[in-house]
Amino acid sequence: MQKQLLLGDEAIAQAGIDAGMSGIFAYPGTPSTEITEYVRGSKEAKQKGIVASWAANEKTAAEAALGMSYAGKRSITAMKHVGLNVAADVFLNASITGANGGILFVVADDPSMHSSQNEQDSRVYGKFAMIPILEPTNQQEAYDMVHEGFDLSERHKVPVMIRITTRLAHSRAGVVRKESRDQNQFKLPENLRQFVLLPAIARKQYQSLLDNQPLFQKESEESPWNSYRPGEDKSIGIIACGLAHNYLMENYPDRKVPYPVVKVSQYPLPYKNIEKLYNECYRILVLEEGYPVVEEMLKGFMNVGKEINGRLDGTLPRAGELNPNIVGKALGFNQYEIPEVPDLVAKRPPSLCKGCSHIDSFIGLNEAIAEYGKGRVFSDIGCYTLSALPPYESINTCVDMGASITMAKGAADAGMKPAVAVIGDSTFTHSGITGLLDAVNENTNITVIILDNATTGMTGGQPSAAFGRIEDICRGVGVDEAHIRVIKPLRKNHEENTRIMKEELAYEGVSVIIPRRECIQTLNKRMRQKFKDKK
Amino acid sequence: MKNDIILAGVGGQGILSIAAIIGYAAVESNLYLKQAEVHGMSQRGGDVQSHLRLSSDEIASDLIPQGKADMIISVEPMEALRYLPYLGPEGWLITNTEPFVNIPDYPDEEAIMQEIKKLKRNVTLDAGKIAGELGNKKSANVVILGAASPFIDIPFALLEDAIRKLFGRKGEEVVAINLDALRAGREVAKSEINS
Ligand SMILES: Cc1ncc(C[n+]2csc(CCOP(=O)(O)OP(=O)(O)O)c2C)c(N)n1
Repeated sequence: MQKQLLLGDEAIAQAGIDAGMSGIFAYPGTPSTEITEYVRGSKEAKQKGIVASWAANEKTAAEAALGMSYAGKRSITAMKHVGLNVAADVFLNASITGANGGILFVVADDPSMHSSQNEQDSRVYGKFAMIPILEPTNQQEAYDMVHEGFDLSERHKVPVMIRITTRLAHSRAGVVRKESRDQNQFKLPENLRQFVLLPAIARKQYQSLLDNQPLFQKESEESPWNSYRPGEDKSIGIIACGLAHNYLMENYPDRKVPYPVVKVSQYPLPYKNIEKLYNECYRILVLEEGYPVVEEMLKGFMNVGKEINGRLDGTLPRAGELNPNIVGKALGFNQYEIPEVPDLVAKRPPSLCKGCSHIDSFIGLNEAIAEYGKGRVFSDIGCYTLSALPPYESINTCVDMGASITMAKGAADAGMKPAVAVIGDSTFTHSGITGLLDAVNENTNITVIILDNATTGMTGGQPSAAFGRIEDICRGVGVDEAHIRVIKPLRKNHEENTRIMKEELAYEGVSVIIPRRECIQTLNKRMRQKFKDKK
Repeated sequence: MKNDIILAGVGGQGILSIAAIIGYAAVESNLYLKQAEVHGMSQRGGDVQSHLRLSSDEIASDLIPQGKADMIISVEPMEALRYLPYLGPEGWLITNTEPFVNIPDYPDEEAIMQEIKKLKRNVTLDAGKIAGELGNKKSANVVILGAASPFIDIPFALLEDAIRKLFGRKGEEVVAINLDALRAGREVAKSEINS
């Protein structure tokens, strides 16, 4: 078959379509978004009746995927690394229930935090859940691993994690597709109590997860993606995981590494290869993208064995993404001269788009809150977080999705007045509603500003889960009708909007202001489409 | 054969279209290709880059090592300089001269040009102006690609084919404008190399 140029994300999506997946459930998040986007845009997926939905958040998405697995079909749930925090409850418990139809948790980490709040390493979660993890080194492996991942999941009735990082997710390369496989037939679990985690059953299920560990280990020992390659020079033994293997090879243009190399792309860590490497080499160099997970395992707490080099001893930087130069340095290659960035080059941080509705909202808020002084605005994650930067400098927090409302509540309970929460429409439905309920139940004095641009802007304009229903939700949660104020953030409305904000800041109780104007990006896209349709 | 190319610009300036055109032509030439893109936050008016690697042999890393790139192709002059650490000693820098000013402390344009001219091998052109004269300022990115085309080891005709293929959906006129843009850029580069 001909090679197709695909992003790592797209390779995973295409593989899902080809491997008999019946549904993918996700909440957008860089660098995982394109997986679900691809399936949603695929004609083939439509023809096959594959469900591809944007869920309210990662937890609801993962649970839907688990439900599909319960029904005997193959499913994927895809998310960014921090999304797995949100889905952690279902993730860890799904390892206990086990799977029926194959289920893959595809998690995209973002080392160096290109578009994230942290650089947590999902392999830690995979190990925590004691399930197999696949970590592709390239787009072809990503594609192949989805096929094998489903098989592995069904073979052992266990969820499988596929861990990728930004560079693979957003890098394109040629991929050869496999033959298409039919979807599974609907089939209930053989044991109808498999998914009932009452303590007595859960203990049994947990025991069977523990009993399966040697089988997962065996899979890793025999995995085609894990390998041991001999080398003459035993002064170093190299363990290269996932993408780090590419950076290792990049340093040897003829691809001949003089040292023995263990490549790791499937976990649990393959014992035999590593034992062999450890025994025959003088010291071990661990190259891994993300946290020093493997390095810590090898070192142990006492670190009494052979010398182990990696991120913990400074051979490689402790934080951030790897690259060929960093790995080259760790291998002891002489550093050739690298030109410098001229001093005059200025930083160009991302910024709110020209015409963005958030701009008018923040200009209004800045004026309305001026009399109370700075430091009272809890915010959240989305395009509007860019208002932390000049020229607006409007917000004081950005922690995790939904935390604006709940942190404002805690601060209000501590006596802060006014305590303001600023949250986007998609973030509100992701994790804001429950926090608002907390505030309503105690009539906490907070002002919640829900910036409704009718889309999930930051990740490229996915649908907003409660499009047109934000006020209904607030009412339903119990916010007083008189204090749900919808405004249109436009420069010409500035005075009136500021007045309304001032009124609600002064009000003692829960109030909600909804500045509503469509995202300029989605608006432009719609207009272009309209223009095209006319032609 | 190996071409390691850094594409640079500001979010929204169309560097991914340049990458797509080269990518399509590379696949047609049976070359290996890896292309790391930037998605997400920086696409909101921040600096963006793409590492594009073409080779007759299999490629290991998605990222180009620093100091090894064969060229930097930039649709914005200051952004061209941001990626200098990637440029190899014999590498070419091909850049648009028209600044994209969306920050308060944008440096002096003259000073930027001086830095660019310090490089042994550079091609500079006002792509927006050239594109505008050809009928659509939006094809400035393709003018830049044209200016880089003499240094890319892919037959020019394949780049033209790629434009036909990738812009075909948008109609004959768009294809024609972009083909003109590609050729105009190439002419500028050729005259600069020869002069
Ligand atoms: C748990 C989690 N999931 C996903 C993301 C990625 N993410 C960051 S902002 C955002 C979209 C926010 O949309 P919205 O609240 O409507 O604000 P907008 O960007 O439209 O202003 C997403 C999906 C994240 N940071 N954390």
